[in-house]
Amino acid sequence: MTDLATETQLNVEDAPEGVDEPQILPLDGWHRARGGRMVPFAGYLMPVQYEGIMAEHLWTRESAGLFDVSHMGQLVFTAEAGVDAVARALEAMLPGDIGGLGEGRMRYSLLLNEEGGILDDLMVTRRANATGEDEIYMVVNGATKYDDIGYLLDVLPEDVTMNLQDEQALLALQGPKAVDALARLVPGVEALVFMTAGSFSWNGHALWISRSGYTGEDGFEISVPAEAAAALADALYAEPEVKPIGLGARDSLRLEAGLPLYGHDLDPETTPVMADLGFAVSKRRRDAADFAGAGRILAEREAGAAVRRVGLLVSGRQPVREGASVVAEDGAVIGRVTSGGFAPTLGAAIAMAYVPADLAAPGTGVRLVQRGKVHEATVAAMPFVPHRYVRASATKGA
Amino acid sequence: MRYFTEDHEWIEVDGQIGTVGITDYAQGQLGDIVFVDVPADGRSLGKGDEAAVVESVKAASDVYSPVSGTVLEGNTALADQPDLVNSDAEGEGWFFRLTLSDEAELESLMDEAAYEAFVAKL
Repeated sequence: MTDLATETQLNVEDAPEGVDEPQILPLDGWHRARGGRMVPFAGYLMPVQYEGIMAEHLWTRESAGLFDVSHMGQLVFTAEAGVDAVARALEAMLPGDIGGLGEGRMRYSLLLNEEGGILDDLMVTRRANATGEDEIYMVVNGATKYDDIGYLLDVLPEDVTMNLQDEQALLALQGPKAVDALARLVPGVEALVFMTAGSFSWNGHALWISRSGYTGEDGFEISVPAEAAAALADALYAEPEVKPIGLGARDSLRLEAGLPLYGHDLDPETTPVMADLGFAVSKRRRDAADFAGAGRILAEREAGAAVRRVGLLVSGRQPVREGASVVAEDGAVIGRVTSGGFAPTLGAAIAMAYVPADLAAPGTGVRLVQRGKVHEATVAAMPFVPHRYVRASATKGA
Repeated sequence: MRYFTEDHEWIEVDGQIGTVGITDYAQGQLGDIVFVDVPADGRSLGKGDEAAVVESVKAASDVYSPVSGTVLEGNTALADQPDLVNSDAEGEGWFFRLTLSDEAELESLMDEAAYEAFVAKL
């Protein structure tokens, strides 16, 4: 028995340049002590699973899962001239309305190259720092953070200062009972709504907590000083709702939620329109057309992109994974599967793929080929599993 | 008599008939199994040929035939219950049965004690 296709996101290939051995994160010992199976990912050793991907996935959907995402890059941007100058500078590469963010508000955005290709996807927040000055806090993917920093150093004006907060760990607590568990330790977090954030304190440690995540569930992301990360993880783990969850379930949860994974579903060859992330291009920015690649992206918005990221429901139970081809009747390759696997919540095989625009409507039948075997699939609206975010207008648990 | 391969297949031999599956160690490494593709009845397999595919949540793996022979039947129960491979890898979770064409091939396989020693070193 040999491996044919392991999820490529669990391979070492994403390690940053010049780093041979995977790096150790603050919670390494914590994971090992709880049975975490450690694998190299994005240049770090990370837990792929504890008791098993299926059980961890389902636990997160019904209770609360604790994820260590300390490999991600936490960046802080400031400028002498103030936060508006930072926002203006970032807007040259980000198509979102960064200047319009209120304090404690966050937005999903994209780092674009001059051709409008996606260099990374990220979360950007405006917040007040300890001295009361506003700054921009950004969380970027672990595998791309050093490339992002290099690019930003090149293109940002000199008066903008960028600081990688590598002394901070990042935890995510996701699931319908996350709010119950976290509010017991950190009263007040229940007042946050989806895509808002604020400063909190726990046992004398400053926490930056946002109501956001990568599972489609309600939940929180918690930036914590590295030296307090294990104690906080212990305290969360002691809550009855909480179990630790590895990268394996993180991937199946985000796939069900229809959320793209950078380096797989998004890369420098894809634009926001191709990736079906047009919502990340804010109206004010469209009208001004003043961001990297605006000409191409706005033309694609008008005319439609030639290929589009879609969701697929695959017939039968066999997973069709990244690398499989989308083929025409005559067998010609017309698209590619960029993520795929078994969806534990649905008990079915699902995937994301890029297909020609005329095949992108939900309900369209497409044919996939993986290792010489043909699989029938149907284009499906995403998310595959409904999001359960707690929004401003909703009551708890809605 | 039961034999094992270094690729973590087992074969239980009774006369000319062998029953093949993957070991409990292998299912533990693979994790949650969600799909098994077993060989068609009558298919002729050489020793080491790709005979079946097993898919867990995280990976797809080939399963090789430990010996040469002709497939008698695949385990149809795995179509609806692939997790039988997790719960009972060396029993109800068998993959296929075949008629051996060369019993001498069994001599190159490990017995249970040798396999346990092999796994202990991994």
